[in-house]
Amino acid sequence: MKALLSVVIALVVYEVIARAGWFATALVPTLPMVARTLWAMLADGSMAGHAINTLYRVFAGLALAASVGLVLGFLMARYRPVESFFLPLVSALMPIPSLAWAPVFILWFGLGNVATILIVFYAASFPMVINTWTGARAVNPLWLRAAGSMGARGGAMFWKVVVPGASPFIITGLRLAFQRAWIAVVGAEMLAASAFGLGWVIFDAKEFLNADVMLASLAVIGAIGFVFERLVFGSLERTTVLRWGMVRAAKA
Amino acid sequence: MIQLDRVSLEYDTPSGKVLAVDNASFSAADAEFVCLVGPSGCGKTTLLNMIAGFFAPSAGEIRVGGQPVNGQGQDRGIVFQDFAQLFPWRTALGNVAFGLEMKGVGKAERERIALEQLRLVKLEKFAGSYPHHLSGGMQQRVAIARALAYNPGVLLMDEPFAALDALTRDEMQRLLAEVWRKTRKTVVYVTHNVAEAVYLADRVIVMTPHPGRIKAEVRVHPHLRAIRSA
Repeated sequence: MKALLSVVIALVVYEVIARAGWFATALVPTLPMVARTLWAMLADGSMAGHAINTLYRVFAGLALAASVGLVLGFLMARYRPVESFFLPLVSALMPIPSLAWAPVFILWFGLGNVATILIVFYAASFPMVINTWTGARAVNPLWLRAAGSMGARGGAMFWKVVVPGASPFIITGLRLAFQRAWIAVVGAEMLAASAFGLGWVIFDAKEFLNADVMLASLAVIGAIGFVFERLVFGSLERTTVLRWGMVRAAKA
Repeated sequence: MIQLDRVSLEYDTPSGKVLAVDNASFSAADAEFVCLVGPSGCGKTTLLNMIAGFFAPSAGEIRVGGQPVNGQGQDRGIVFQDFAQLFPWRTALGNVAFGLEMKGVGKAERERIALEQLRLVKLEKFAGSYPHHLSGGMQQRVAIARALAYNPGVLLMDEPFAALDALTRDEMQRLLAEVWRKTRKTVVYVTHNVAEAVYLADRVIVMTPHPGRIKAEVRVHPHLRAIRSA
């Protein structure tokens, strides 16, 4: 309820500014105008089309990042040579903003999905690698000793002890990766996508002074991000690490 | 049957070599309860960890059931002091069934055996609970059931009740004595508490620190053992 209240107050402040007459309504449209545009774009299916394109790019990039990040993170934690080879690379590449790669990827792969997905992949893979690597190293040595005494070796040790033991870090890694992917996709679509996607809609609307379209798209981006953060990752946490008492619940 | 023959452990630290265990020899017969007692730093836990196979001695030999110890094995069960030894992502039953799962025992069979082991430590009602919902004493009982479930000949215990309050500790000691009478495992039990050692053990081995050495072996008077098993 408190969360809702802060949203309502922010919207009221915006509406007061929009109606004060300080700015042109074409630049700062009132909320009913934004809502009408949003409704029209939802009704004709164009908003859903853009959202689906954007979600496709996010999840393709995120899936790639999660696969590479999990494998690399576990290998780095397990094998010292892998760690000493990849750690400097990770440290050097991580601080480069993913969008800085956009022009390079466009040159190499052209405008479209490939370049966009690669930018998302780049943004999302670092939290996955770092968290998996850290999580695997943070597995309680007592679990490994106890499991070893009970006969766990190789694959059983990995799947039944190391993976669940590292899961609080891995889930946090997925969460961070999703957030970074979601931020990256909008920027990537502005630069590297053509004709589809929420980021592209915002960028395109600038050409026609359609501030209401921009704001409607921003609202949709925020809403989708919020839903995934709360529902998908929230319930993933509730059914695993929270249930197991490996992390504490946030204070309501 | 456990035999330690002139076992030493030396390791390197930045300030030079440290002799953690010096020339320790003792044995434990089948179904015997042996306590290793001594102050912190006397090498008793180190000795237990070597019997468990977590690391090898730098000199001497350890045999369990006649076989030289070479790494960890299912012939030995181990219980640590830290409650966190249980797998938080598994229920009490899932924890106890783990060793059987590693042995390839089928699901129905291993759950039946695991439940039986939980009954032995009087926790069958909590089979479906996750460790974080159990008290410290209950978690240690699950750990004991877990170490017994795959039926090792030897049970190694590293101060399993040291982190419990005095009342719970008394209750746990009585329960362990009862479990031991029923299962007749060979037990090596590490503690710094002499009263606990005398209460539980057939034989007490006293160690002294710097370097860790066996100072004395004391057989607990049969009269005391009779009181205990009454």
